[in-house]
Amino acid sequence: MQKKLWIILALVFIVPGLLFTVSCAKKAVKEDTSLSQQAADEAAAEKARQEELARQRAIEEARLKEEAIQKAKDNFLNEDIHFEFDSAVLTPDAQEILKTKAEWLQNNPNVKSTIEGHCDERGTLEYNLALGERRASGAKSFLVDLGIPASRLTAISYGEERPVDPGQNEAAWAKNRRCHLTIK
Amino acid sequence: MRNCWIKIFWLIVIMSFWALQGVARAGYDYIDISHPFLRKIPIAVPLFKKVSSGHETDQLSKSAPDLLAETLEFTGYFKLLDREAFLVNPQTDAAFASINFHDWTSIGAELLVTGGVLVQDNLVEIELRLYDTFKEQLLVGKRYKGRVEDERKIIRRFCSEVIYTLTGDRGIFNTKIAFVSTGTGNKEIYICEFDGYNPRQLTHTKSITLSPAWASDGQWLAYTSYAKGKPDLYIKNLRENRSYVVAKKGINTTPAWFPNKFELAATLSFSDDPEIYLLTGTGKIIKRLTYNKGIDVSPTWSPDGKSVGFVSKRSGTPQIYIKDIDSGQVKRLTFQGRYNTQPSWSPKGDKMAYSGMENGHNNIFVIGFDGQGPIQLTHNEGDNESPSWSPDGNLIVFTSTREGPSRIYVMTSYGTDQRRLLVLKGRQTEPKWSPRMVNK
Repeated sequence: MQKKLWIILALVFIVPGLLFTVSCAKKAVKEDTSLSQQAADEAAAEKARQEELARQRAIEEARLKEEAIQKAKDNFLNEDIHFEFDSAVLTPDAQEILKTKAEWLQNNPNVKSTIEGHCDERGTLEYNLALGERRASGAKSFLVDLGIPASRLTAISYGEERPVDPGQNEAAWAKNRRCHLTIK
Repeated sequence: MRNCWIKIFWLIVIMSFWALQGVARAGYDYIDISHPFLRKIPIAVPLFKKVSSGHETDQLSKSAPDLLAETLEFTGYFKLLDREAFLVNPQTDAAFASINFHDWTSIGAELLVTGGVLVQDNLVEIELRLYDTFKEQLLVGKRYKGRVEDERKIIRRFCSEVIYTLTGDRGIFNTKIAFVSTGTGNKEIYICEFDGYNPRQLTHTKSITLSPAWASDGQWLAYTSYAKGKPDLYIKNLRENRSYVVAKKGINTTPAWFPNKFELAATLSFSDDPEIYLLTGTGKIIKRLTYNKGIDVSPTWSPDGKSVGFVSKRSGTPQIYIKDIDSGQVKRLTFQGRYNTQPSWSPKGDKMAYSGMENGHNNIFVIGFDGQGPIQLTHNEGDNESPSWSPDGNLIVFTSTREGPSRIYVMTSYGTDQRRLLVLKGRQTEPKWSPRMVNK
């Protein structure tokens, strides 16, 4: 009889207790996952979005910056200065272009540049070599005066040996009377 | 009447030759004084007599007189008579000993060259004689022995004798011409014989190579090349593998050898300004020759080395100036035109040839130091540039675009007999006539 009572008592206390603990534990776990998971997901997504935006902004900025740098470099390399026939005098246009080139050289302090002096075909070859030299060294002096160290600049004359336009007309000759800058 | 004078003239010349041999060198100058290219001396060069028989004899008996005629004609002194008009054919008719001079005078010949060819075992013997047909006299006769391949050498030697007999000058038959050609796609220096024969590439720089200049002994050639990326000056021995380089900052261009010395003038711009300097043959600076801000370029020495001509922009346009080395005085030589460059001092010292630009085109001019001229030698035929005198002063080699690409031409110093020297691939520029080669 006594034994039976103990079992019932045990059942009365333990079984609900068990039930309680089970349900309680179950509930707590359920609560935990739903809340933290959601927050974390949202935060991660937001963070990713922000990061993606920032990344894209950075890419865009870098691209723009790169483009600007490339454009400046292209301008530096492609924009020749031009001269009158049998003249090494820097025209106002030529001086403006050289100022832009000096700026670029200042922004790119590790770059060394070669200044090529060229002539049109009309003069005679030996004289044109000297004229090309005057053009190149004149442009070099101008850049040095704007603060570019002479050690970064080399002047070289090609006379009439390397025309950009082989034509035999004033338009072609005007193109060929030039200083062209290259970088090393 | 004119013919009569010429005969008398010839008589005097020939008499003085025989009578004053050795003393009368000045007497030979008649050809210059008399303006030789206005009237050419009619000369007959019949086919040579065949002393032996066979294929080679047949060939030589025709090719040798052809070459001889061509070579003599190159000088501009002679008018070659057409063989069709000859009354006799010495190949079949006459022996050397029995020339009927009337056969030649009656067709207008004043000079006659006869020859005989003997070939034996690839060895050739050529006998050559120059006659004055009016005087009925042998002026010079020579017998040459050599290999069959020496034909050209033999003919040139005899031509030299002919010119020496007639003018007292050895002529130009042992000279060469250096020039620049773009045949390989790059500008390289080539050398050919005086008559355009046998052009050969001298430099293989695979870059821009320019402005050859001969030393007086013909053994050194200076030139500018971009072989190392910039215009440096190279001084090269043509026989031995020796050379020197002047590679200062800027341009190292337009070499011009000092007469009979191992020294040369050149334009250097290491001071940022193209100036002319005198250098040793090994490329060391002896002294500076020009002092002027702006372009000074293209030196050319007077034959006595006392003066140097050059191009300067000191008056605003490129003009030719002359500096007296001792006094240091500089005189302007050209006043006509706004672009006068490429001066070349005549070997006799009396004239300067140069290129002058008018209406956008260059032409060759000659100006005398006696105030004569300038006389324009080329007209209305493209661009004519880069004059260089033959060492006897009778011919000028130059470039012209008259047939399209720039090619090399020769004319007499009076502008007559303009002809193309050679045809090569590409464009040819900057011809420079060599001095007479020694031991050749």
